[in-house]
Amino acid sequence: MSALHVVHYLNQFFGRIGAEEAGDQPFTMKEGPVGPGAGLQKELGDAGTVVATLICGDNRAATDLVAFGVEVEKALRELGPDVLVAGPGFNAGRYGLACGEACARAAALGIPAVTALNIENPGVELYRKKTYILPTTNTALGMNETLGRLARFAIRIARHEAIGSPAVEGFYGKGVHHTRILERPAADRALDMLLARMTGAKFQTELVLPPVDHVPPAAPVADIAKARLAIVTTGGIVPKGNPDGLKQSNSTEWRTYSIDGLDGLEAGKYESIHSGYDASAANANPNYVVPLDALRELEKSHAFGALYPKYIVTTGVGTAVVEARRMGREIAAELRTQGVDGVILTAT
Amino acid sequence: MITALGPVAQELGANRVVRGVKIPHPCGDPTLEPTGDHALRVGLARAALRALATKLDAAMMFDRAAP
Repeated sequence: MSALHVVHYLNQFFGRIGAEEAGDQPFTMKEGPVGPGAGLQKELGDAGTVVATLICGDNRAATDLVAFGVEVEKALRELGPDVLVAGPGFNAGRYGLACGEACARAAALGIPAVTALNIENPGVELYRKKTYILPTTNTALGMNETLGRLARFAIRIARHEAIGSPAVEGFYGKGVHHTRILERPAADRALDMLLARMTGAKFQTELVLPPVDHVPPAAPVADIAKARLAIVTTGGIVPKGNPDGLKQSNSTEWRTYSIDGLDGLEAGKYESIHSGYDASAANANPNYVVPLDALRELEKSHAFGALYPKYIVTTGVGTAVVEARRMGREIAAELRTQGVDGVILTAT
Repeated sequence: MITALGPVAQELGANRVVRGVKIPHPCGDPTLEPTGDHALRVGLARAALRALATKLDAAMMFDRAAP
């Protein structure tokens, strides 16, 4: 079997161009391995040859990932490799994004690709669905061991070998489900797991749930009688006709709409564009999702200080956690500048 | 937060959760006559105010007070 052609992606630091001052280094291509590419070549052995190294400054890549991706794509078309290896990027945020983007572009061209990032790297959440990402240590101390795993994995995907489940193969789950017929029915397997759990033995779940955030409760609103409160909803209630084109699902945006002087949301003037629930009740009475009529009544009876004169909306359906987190941060920052003390969030 | 999916909300890190009516209409019940429906919504909004003013050490579910 002839040696596989491997292309390697590195940032300016590992690509031996410079440190932070070279962060704006434009995209460039070098023949053969560079820096950790030598270690990658050693691990590949006769199975593969690092034919070229793509290098870009972290700032350059991360500030315009689309432009960076276009350059990666152009280089890959020219080189036509069997596989792309990016990084390892450890816990370097900008580098991790560039590694993820480079691999995603390769995968879109039909070129197998793999990178290695630490679980804390934002690149994992953003790109795990688009490419294989192997776990790594936090820092480059784990370089040699990671290069070995990257090389072995790269050879296998370049040869289009079947790749098993994330738990077995050791990559971050891509969220892809495969249908497989197993000899033992689900009930038997579930009982085995239950027995193992009861006896404290080790077992492997077949349904891995994503880790969730544990958020310490925020301090209560100090004086509710004086508090300025805002209504935020993920229920997709927008002015009739959806004038700003808010997406019906997989939302990446949020909008604010004035409720100044309104005693409630009138049917026919507002509608739900959320694609994840039957909107007929919400369309007949938008206050079911944005309870403005009730809150106005309580505002008038001084049960709290005042309502912020706008409500904020997005559609919470199929929304990536990473996007939801970003929107939450943006909304909180905006409301803070507006002197809002508390939020009533409604979710459908 | 007012939602009919309280346990999910708490699982995902929401600490002050008011038990809403149903997924498509968390803040009301279209099967009720308008006065009762409105009173229900005011009750849910009151529960939300109570949640905001309550000091918590851990996540908690809030229900509207009986009318």
